[in-house]
Amino acid sequence: MFRPRSDGVSGGPVARIAVEVEGRAVSVPPGASAAAAVLAAGLTSIRDTPIGGTERAPYCMMGICFDCLAEIDGVPNRQSCMVTVRPGMRIRRQRGARSLDMS
Amino acid sequence: MTVDLAIVGAGPAGMAAASLAAELGLDTLLIDEADTPGGQIYRAVERAPEGSPLGADYLAGRVLVAALRASTAQYRPATSVWHIDPALPGGGTLSLAAGGKSETVTARHILIATGAIERPVPIAGWTLPGVMTAGAAQILLKTADLVPEGRAVLAGQGPLLYLVALQLARAGAPPVAVLETTPWANYRAAAHFGSGLWAGRRDFGRGLALWFNLRRAGIAVRRGVRGLRVLGRRRVEAVAWEAGEIAADLLFLHEGVIPNTQISLGLGLTHEWDERQLCWRPVTDDWGRTSLANISVAGDGGGIGGAGAAALSGQLAALDAAHSLGHLDTAECDRRAIPIRAGLARERAIRPFFDTLYRPADTMLSPADDAILACRCEEVSVGEIRRAVRLGATGPNQVKAFIRCGMGPCQGRVCGPIVSAVIAAERGAPTAAIGTYRPRAPYKPITIGTLAGVEVDPNQIADTK
Repeated sequence: MFRPRSDGVSGGPVARIAVEVEGRAVSVPPGASAAAAVLAAGLTSIRDTPIGGTERAPYCMMGICFDCLAEIDGVPNRQSCMVTVRPGMRIRRQRGARSLDMS
Repeated sequence: MTVDLAIVGAGPAGMAAASLAAELGLDTLLIDEADTPGGQIYRAVERAPEGSPLGADYLAGRVLVAALRASTAQYRPATSVWHIDPALPGGGTLSLAAGGKSETVTARHILIATGAIERPVPIAGWTLPGVMTAGAAQILLKTADLVPEGRAVLAGQGPLLYLVALQLARAGAPPVAVLETTPWANYRAAAHFGSGLWAGRRDFGRGLALWFNLRRAGIAVRRGVRGLRVLGRRRVEAVAWEAGEIAADLLFLHEGVIPNTQISLGLGLTHEWDERQLCWRPVTDDWGRTSLANISVAGDGGGIGGAGAAALSGQLAALDAAHSLGHLDTAECDRRAIPIRAGLARERAIRPFFDTLYRPADTMLSPADDAILACRCEEVSVGEIRRAVRLGATGPNQVKAFIRCGMGPCQGRVCGPIVSAVIAAERGAPTAAIGTYRPRAPYKPITIGTLAGVEVDPNQIADTK
């Protein structure tokens, strides 16, 4: 749903961080959030709600709305807009409520 | 760990307060959820290139960040405050969580500088993927160099809406339309602010410049938009209003900002309803001191004043903390406050005009359509809230118990203002009399594992035997 800006103003680090969103490879600038990677990967949504099973995507990008909940590196229910990307991070869809991991 | 002053939030208020408090000799700890300082307004400003499409006002935030970096204040990034106990011997206790670990910090004085959040914009279809806030679009530009792909529409009102439109245009992604929801009556009401306009002429001029630059960038602005709604099955396909419809891939909503009161309400501080800004805010004295003597509030979290006012109010709170902890005598504290207060008056001069001009329409506060979702988390509609009121629920906390609105992961942050407004409208009572949610700790969700890992200072455990 989002793409890199194209105004020609460059600066800062050129390095990009490669992550995986639902099996899709995508790279974003250092300091970007996992939610930004979701939007850059072209995904329409990143979770289904526990109540109605409707699709949701990041909404506020500042830790308020919790609509960007995702499974990040195996840990469910993370606020993806509040998690900074790391190389090789795996971001996956959150389906409904998280299940209890008893292991 | 014990400090003189713990500050929650590293936006302009928190950064300015931390720098000054450290300079005055206070052992200062600044805690923030993000991994770099700046708050939302100056988010990621240290990484911004010269000539950034975000503009000079944004880059100006580097001064505050640099002062913080140069100060002796301890800065704790990527850390959330999930509980504050205000009244233990020797100060208040803050419970922090970072990287899956939790710890407690004791502070002789606590400053809450948690800033603002965007007012919810409950319209039909606002939960569809592709609908975001205008602030979210700006954060993506600041933190990830990302711009909307496809046809973007901005809708709502307020300075941020126009600023984001212009920034997106400069970044090579102009919106296809800006739909302004300002009621015509607001223009007439705002026209009466002659003296305030003169005192706030700098900010008024900035607003005008923004407007003309938007025109110059060729962005179509549709005014007097009513009945805004989103059309689409699984994502945004179009945005419609009473007089038209436009195809869209993304919609960015904005109806102004309100104080982020999650922690101040959770602490049970005395709050009041601000009828001009249409929001709840903690009651403070003119130093930012709240109804609890060891807790202050600075910045937009105490009432919307903007970044300039936030930094100045942070400095006042730092002076006050230094004074109460014996680092500054009364005369010196008062003397240093004089230029800060003068600056604050200048910064706040334009607010009554903006608050009046950009006052949301009643239907944006309390939607007429029963099918519109108020609580995005628990998917509770406006109609269900009205039904709960008719069944006898008198206020937000009772409605919450009846139908679970506000009980989802966002803890009522988004639906709180809507629920209060809908109850007020249904009961025909002022919002001031209806009240708002009483949030509870943990202020941010934490796992049982994080909680189990809390290291507790044995001296802080009361004898319960």
